[in-house]
Amino acid sequence: MITILYFASIREKIGLSHESIQLPSDVKSVAGLAVALRSRGDKWAEALSTVNLRVAVNQTMALQDTEVNDGDEVAFFPPVTGG
Amino acid sequence: MPVKVQQEDFDVGAEMQSMRSDNGAIGALVSFVGLVRDVNDASAIVEMTLEHYPSMTEKALQDIVDQAKTRWDIIDALVLHRYGTLRPTDQIVLVIVAGSHRGDAFNACEFIMDYLKTNAPFWKKEVTSQGERWVAARESDMKAAERWSHRAPKGNN
Repeated sequence: MITILYFASIREKIGLSHESIQLPSDVKSVAGLAVALRSRGDKWAEALSTVNLRVAVNQTMALQDTEVNDGDEVAFFPPVTGG
Repeated sequence: MPVKVQQEDFDVGAEMQSMRSDNGAIGALVSFVGLVRDVNDASAIVEMTLEHYPSMTEKALQDIVDQAKTRWDIIDALVLHRYGTLRPTDQIVLVIVAGSHRGDAFNACEFIMDYLKTNAPFWKKEVTSQGERWVAARESDMKAAERWSHRAPKGNN
């Protein structure tokens, strides 16, 4: 299982702040996971296709080719605006 | 100093005093305070809410401080960032850097803020007279963070 978190405008578009799912066997990376989630429907495709979509795996900023493994926590969010 | 992520307001004087901690090696204390402004993108701000990723914020801020310590000759650094609902003139963030000399302390402080702006998981939502909106990340903040790849390394005070 992996835990997926959604923040800010992405959470609002999807209507979900977090979920736990079985990691699909063909998903090995952040890019693969994003593709799988987008295929759920229009609001998913729109929310997770945001230009400059940011991702973290296990609380560390990740790239499209960052590995995703069972037990991981993946977070999707817009570019950060703290400070 | 451990990084701090909290809802409560902070006292700059008290935090500066803590950083001094009677360490005779400290010759320079540099600080930055970020505040909520009352106008953004031509709209008057009523209030602003900072959302954050709880388990990642401390980790991200600590990583930024560790990078600063590797790149510059500094003695210690504090980052304190608030979350929750704030109003214009409220304090948002505090960065204090202690060093033997001012050159590296100033650079480290600016670096920490530039990296925090692009890497710390916080998101601002503003309430204006026209409604709510999420603040968009700025091109200028991304450029500010990028220029640190080209700035002078440790020792070039």
